[in-house]
Amino acid sequence: MTQELDYLRETPSQTAGPYVHIGLSPGAAGFDIYDHQLGGDIAGPHAKGERIRVEGMVIDGTGSPIKDVLLEAWQANADGFYAHPEQAGSVEEGFRGWGRVISDFDTGNWGFDTIKPGLVDTGTGQNMAPHLNFWIVARGINLGLNTRMYFSDEAEANAVDPVLNLIEWERRRDTLIATRSERNGKPVYRFDIRLQGDDETVFFDI
Amino acid sequence: MKTDGPFYQRDRTWHPPALSRDYKTSVSRSPKYPLISLETTVSETTGPVFGHGDIAASDNDLLTNYAASGESPIGERIILHGQVLDENRRPVPDTLLELWQANAGGRYRHKKDTYLAPVDPNFGGCGRTLTDANGYYCFRTVKPGAYPWRNWINSWRPAHIHLSIFGTAFAQRLITQLYFEGDPLIDKCPIVQTIPDEKARAQLVARLDLNATIPLDAIAYRFDIVLRGRRSTLFENRQEGN
Ligand SMILES: [Fe+3]
Repeated sequence: MTQELDYLRETPSQTAGPYVHIGLSPGAAGFDIYDHQLGGDIAGPHAKGERIRVEGMVIDGTGSPIKDVLLEAWQANADGFYAHPEQAGSVEEGFRGWGRVISDFDTGNWGFDTIKPGLVDTGTGQNMAPHLNFWIVARGINLGLNTRMYFSDEAEANAVDPVLNLIEWERRRDTLIATRSERNGKPVYRFDIRLQGDDETVFFDI
Repeated sequence: MKTDGPFYQRDRTWHPPALSRDYKTSVSRSPKYPLISLETTVSETTGPVFGHGDIAASDNDLLTNYAASGESPIGERIILHGQVLDENRRPVPDTLLELWQANAGGRYRHKKDTYLAPVDPNFGGCGRTLTDANGYYCFRTVKPGAYPWRNWINSWRPAHIHLSIFGTAFAQRLITQLYFEGDPLIDKCPIVQTIPDEKARAQLVARLDLNATIPLDAIAYRFDIVLRGRRSTLFENRQEGN
């Protein structure tokens, strides 16, 4: 006989299903119930940094856009700090750094406005390149998928990013780099997420 | 001194695998390459913080949060309550819980749901709350009905409530579903069966809790939720150069 380790086990995940919007984005389900929905404003009005738009699709193994996907983004501010009590630095008033977006039911397109984050100090003296963290749920996804989006105009920082460099297959690192373009003078980053196929996006077990 | 370190590795044998052939939608939505294992960095050990300014106190009462005044939804009135803990048995206070469910007839208030059971005019089907200082939460709602779905010709979901939980870190983000003790559909459901371990499946079954019922009003179910735990850094990892 031995002593028992007294840990609990994490509650197992289940798919968010096709009606995730009812709980997390009821306006999209077709009704209003709350005073305000959460996750619509990531950066707030006072955030420093470049205002950007991020757009994309989540594409399944048959090449079809997923039209019932929900993504959450989590990011640092322009100084590289997260809005969290464990972070030493502070963020601007109204900067939450978290957002929630759903795909269009007809096209599968999603998009949101935010600010471009800064380099993130890991506490080990090595910075991470600017990035957005994504968590993706949908019908058919049994456990939320974690990935990161990096920026195509940050090639220098990306080249030494410790997380990108964990990915042994250099060609697969490109799946995490959003491409920058301009629309009406505003920077737009395109980030398509592929769940399967030759260009399957890198997902992390965090 | 002990400080909070990285999160424990997630036990992926306890969770459903991405590909579960009997849950057909997962076939084209499951990554084929292995995930890249990433020891949690500050990007994962932090996460959004919510407060009482984000939600209304009444958001956790699905009996009233969409009902016309003086009316209430049809169905078995239930209280759903429990505690959110981490794997170290520490309560998770002040964390946001959101839930959504079908009405008593098994119909969702969603423009994509076309099941022939009627929408209940007094039932929205969603609620949210923050856990208290000890990690406890409660909701009041109606017990949802089973409903059919297109997987096999004759697939029925057991009565279930969808739950979303944040915790303190992006690494703890979780969506799951809770089922009700004694429901014979649980063992037949391909979504429940995506979880390989029987004990893990049992962790999703809420238990009848007669002590928490309100006599002559609402019956209660207890459902505790466990989020990932964190290592205590007993000895600092030595960084290069130290
Ligand atoms: Fe459901």
